[in-house]
Amino acid sequence: MEKTALRGEDAADRLAVVDEVASKYAGTKGALIPILQNVQSRIGYLPTEVMERIGEKAGVPAAQVFGVASFYSQFRLEPVGRYVVKVCHGTACHVQGAGAITEAVCSELGVEDGETTADGKFTVESVACIGCCSLAPVIMIEENSFGRLTPDEARRIVREYGD
Amino acid sequence: MADRGTQMTVTVGLSSCGIAAGAADVMAAFEREIEKRGLDVRLRRTGCIGMCYSEPIVDVDAPGAGRHTYGGITADQVERIVDEHIAGGAPVDEWLVRAEGRDLPDEAYYSRQVRLVLRNAGMIDPESIDEYIEAGGYAALEKAVTSMKPEEVVKEITDSGLRGRGGAGFPTGVKWDLARKQPGGKKYVIVNADEGDPGAFMDRSILEGDPHSVLEGLAIAAYAIGADEGYFYVRAEYPLAVKRLGIAITDARERGYIGENVFGSGFSLDVYIKEGAGAFVCGEETALMASIEGRRGMPRIRPPYPAAEGLWKKPSNINNVETYANVAWIISNGAEAYASHGTETSKGTKVFALAGKIERGGLVEVPMGMTLREVIDEVGGGVPGGHDFKAVQLGGPSGGCIPREFIDIAVDYESVTKTGAIMGSGGMVVMDDTTCMVDIARFFLNFTQDESCGKCTFCRVGTKRMLEVLERICGGEGREGDIELLEELGEQIIASSLCGLGQSAPNPVVTTLKYFRDEYEAHVKEKRCPAHACKALITYGIDAEKCTGCTLCTKVCPTGAIAGEKRELHTIDQDLCTKCDACRRACKFDAVTVD
Ligand SMILES: Cc1cc2nc3c(=O)[nH]c(=O)nc-3n(C[C@H](O)[C@H](O)[C@H](O)COP(=O)(O)O)c2cc1C
Ligand code: FES
Repeated sequence: MEKTALRGEDAADRLAVVDEVASKYAGTKGALIPILQNVQSRIGYLPTEVMERIGEKAGVPAAQVFGVASFYSQFRLEPVGRYVVKVCHGTACHVQGAGAITEAVCSELGVEDGETTADGKFTVESVACIGCCSLAPVIMIEENSFGRLTPDEARRIVREYGD
Repeated sequence: MADRGTQMTVTVGLSSCGIAAGAADVMAAFEREIEKRGLDVRLRRTGCIGMCYSEPIVDVDAPGAGRHTYGGITADQVERIVDEHIAGGAPVDEWLVRAEGRDLPDEAYYSRQVRLVLRNAGMIDPESIDEYIEAGGYAALEKAVTSMKPEEVVKEITDSGLRGRGGAGFPTGVKWDLARKQPGGKKYVIVNADEGDPGAFMDRSILEGDPHSVLEGLAIAAYAIGADEGYFYVRAEYPLAVKRLGIAITDARERGYIGENVFGSGFSLDVYIKEGAGAFVCGEETALMASIEGRRGMPRIRPPYPAAEGLWKKPSNINNVETYANVAWIISNGAEAYASHGTETSKGTKVFALAGKIERGGLVEVPMGMTLREVIDEVGGGVPGGHDFKAVQLGGPSGGCIPREFIDIAVDYESVTKTGAIMGSGGMVVMDDTTCMVDIARFFLNFTQDESCGKCTFCRVGTKRMLEVLERICGGEGREGDIELLEELGEQIIASSLCGLGQSAPNPVVTTLKYFRDEYEAHVKEKRCPAHACKALITYGIDAEKCTGCTLCTKVCPTGAIAGEKRELHTIDQDLCTKCDACRRACKFDAVTVD
């Protein structure tokens, strides 16, 4: 999901992705959000020219595309790292020490919460509940969840992804 | 289900929580070991059985010997289970958590449960429609569309007393009847699988463990109200649920349980999945429908209710995942059987997600009316580590904290509401003496403030002001009058917000103020956090009597704040200390103090 398959490639490729995705949804009502999700999963984030093209293809004003993209937390307007480390800060994880997990992951990677490492490999993010609350505290990288963590284990998992 | 002739069956629980605990590796190890020995064993997957605390879970069923359940299994342990139990016929007793006829610790987790919604969870392979059908699946749909009139279906649901499990507890039959009575033409049915309450995972487990049960319930609802198009709105964070639901819909369409002319009855239904995009407010029904339409998920004023004007302005019925998961059971077994569980006004069962400071965290389904104490202590095994139970949070950001004094209340809609909390969707987060109630209130306000859609001023600005006050109090800067200010803001936000998000956002503050006012006062007046949780109000120190000078803490400290030579008393430089707690966790002699 978080793979930035087209990172670094040129804008024309990105627009070609939009055209391809939009043609799949042609004629489907209420398709704006699925188009945004699909495009983002292919190119990692939603740069301005991509949102403009989506607007053209879906027949809605660019302002509305931007409005929707900025409303939902799933959509990213900035590029993200190859791996997004989602640290759960839901109720159960909060009670079980999610703060210390974020601190450990951030200090391991040398970034603040919400930032991306200089090599573009990792982005650290706080999320609200991954749904594995009884294994709190939990982190999720790509589609893999890791539960019952200690700060040290969280560091180790992140380190393994780095290799 | 397991006894297929003489073949042994090994079942591995592959739900999100099982996988997070390492179940995929365990599955692979079984494949390898069974293959290596050329054993005739059926290896299969299942969903969440509810014992999340014991994941990964493996069941071994041998014809005649019943079901043996192993808990906390790692890939390394698989070889021995295969050798001794599967090949040798002798269960590995010390790893068993449950077995028929034996009094093992996990028996208590089950014996008090009544599993109607979770009837198949952890029993069948959620990716196999055949296993669902074998367990009685789609018989209720057939019964409804071939032998009952829509109004008879509605009456059955009304008579069962089923109330919405998404939080508000509105009678489901009444809701269906409103939608049914709308003039004909296009109508929709919608499943609310947004499960936004952080700390709750009932809907995820149901969708991962038994997706067909929800789909069947949805199809019955569609028939009852006269809809021919349905949507599942599923939270973005639930990829496995989306995948299994997708398989279920494809298989059901192929077999003709949805699609054109179901069971030759003339009833037709198309079903689609919409993935959410990360907005808590989209769990609110009118916002959810705006989101399906591709717009920003902002709630609108009701009425009109969705039954009259819903998705694309057409009459629509929206229910929660668990609500739908009850439907097929009620149609098959009858309203009376359902209503025989529960209390006068809260019928049937409720699924709860137990988490936080609890011994056996997981998913449980109990009859309505069981006391909180029974759920937490008897089913959940109580608070671990010798700590004291302090409160239980019900209803998430819209709910409240119920203190120890009320632990003997019955869990039903009315009794819970009387405490100031709400039943909510079923998240139960248990808290002990190390949990600071002011910090919990701050946590929830941070959440609602962040998730407020910004449409109405009281919610948008009011929650921000409340959060500022709470942050100040937790940060040791609380002022005289802050507590009263919180109360005043809370009242106004509750009275004036547009939707349920704002109207309930102050609840976590209101209930903690009501039951734990002394904790607020300690923070504000004495600059003290009684639970030792608020970092600005605590200091780390080293107990000279207990410190042996082992230097372990000096090594784990990430900021180099601890000094001391071997066999000498260590000391903490308060300017460098970030209160990360690493030293206290590392110390083997309990010598790190927190005041
Ligand atoms: C802010 C807010 C969030 C909500 N989130 C959910 C949710 O995640 N899941 C859910 O089923 N209902 C949620 N609801 C309740 C729905 O609006 C609606 O009442 C429910 O889907 C009706 O289904 P039921 O009658 O089966 O409970 C939420 C309500 C509000 C105000
Ligand atoms: S609270 Fe962290 S997974 Fe639910």
